[in-house]
Amino acid sequence: MCGAPKQGGALAGIDLDTQTVIQGQVWHDGAPVAGAYVRLLDATDEFTAEVVTSPEGEFRFFAAPGEWKLRSLAPTGRGERVLAADVGLNETTVVLD
Amino acid sequence: MSRNDVLVPADWAQENLGRSGVVFVEVDEDTSAYDKGHIEGAVKLDWKTDLQDPLRRDFVSKEQFQELLSAKGIGNDDTVVLYGGNNNWFAAYAYWYFKLYGHDQVKLLDGGRKKWELDSRPLSSDAVERPATQYQAKDPDTSIRAFRDEVVEAIGQKNLVDVRSPDEFAGKLVAPAHLPQEGAQRPGHIPTAVNVPWSKAANEDGTFKSDEELAKLYAEAGLDTSKDTIAYCRIGERSSHTWFVLRELLGHENVKNYDGSWTEYGSLVGVPIEKGA
Repeated sequence: MCGAPKQGGALAGIDLDTQTVIQGQVWHDGAPVAGAYVRLLDATDEFTAEVVTSPEGEFRFFAAPGEWKLRSLAPTGRGERVLAADVGLNETTVVLD
Repeated sequence: MSRNDVLVPADWAQENLGRSGVVFVEVDEDTSAYDKGHIEGAVKLDWKTDLQDPLRRDFVSKEQFQELLSAKGIGNDDTVVLYGGNNNWFAAYAYWYFKLYGHDQVKLLDGGRKKWELDSRPLSSDAVERPATQYQAKDPDTSIRAFRDEVVEAIGQKNLVDVRSPDEFAGKLVAPAHLPQEGAQRPGHIPTAVNVPWSKAANEDGTFKSDEELAKLYAEAGLDTSKDTIAYCRIGERSSHTWFVLRELLGHENVKNYDGSWTEYGSLVGVPIEKGA
């Protein structure tokens, strides 16, 4: 339902012919960050979804084709990444300053 | 009703851990969050297995709610402080639910789990046991819960507030973007609804915006305060967040939450739908 499924991991069961998947990891000081908050913002900077990264620092969103912004907040810092997503798998990394 | 009656800041919560008569309750869909670490002494509610009937799509009955709260060690006179993940979506849902069954003293922890974690406040993984109580619930207060027929009748008559993201409102997405895109049969929104995403009522750390900012937000969206209001989202949890803002923080009267929300409305046969911004 509206709670996020387990973040990251295998793509089994996800139809990459129809779903626009944006996934990746949050990094800080050369290591993945577990428990970081990652927001997906649309082209107008409006909140679309938020997840918490897995123990391996992974996140995943199901979006639509277009331009998106990822913004991550954690006790150690914050970071942003803009990307253009297409149908299928779109992978990226967000680095915290 | 004022902000201090319904909302507690994280500092207050930390200073009142373990205080007699105050029960912290974490409400998540992902209960593994609680198991990995929770506010000391907090009990857990699973919004789905504890608060939804296992067979029909509906709430648990008054009797089941009494049993649940009794088993969790929550008494009628306790002040319940709710918090959770997803920017308090499910905690706000539980707040509305506790009000529906007549619990008097219930509050939300401002910022929920998110602010607590971002502040690096302490979490405990110790098991929490509270002695059972004899909780007595009241009959459900349907003055705060909207059903589908009333929503259809409200088109063009009452304020309809769609609190989903602009892309869900427009019909580009049918679910929040952290979920597979499935759910209702048709995308779009209820005609005459205004789109005020729940997130506009919250700061980035999950705390609520100030009363002044909130009043301005809904005034600018064209909410007519002389009319009754129904808030909806996809399954009724984000709209609980907005219901909390409108009724509990801003003091609007006659605000209902439509928990059937888009998963019900967008699958109804024959009802009008609009798409686009």
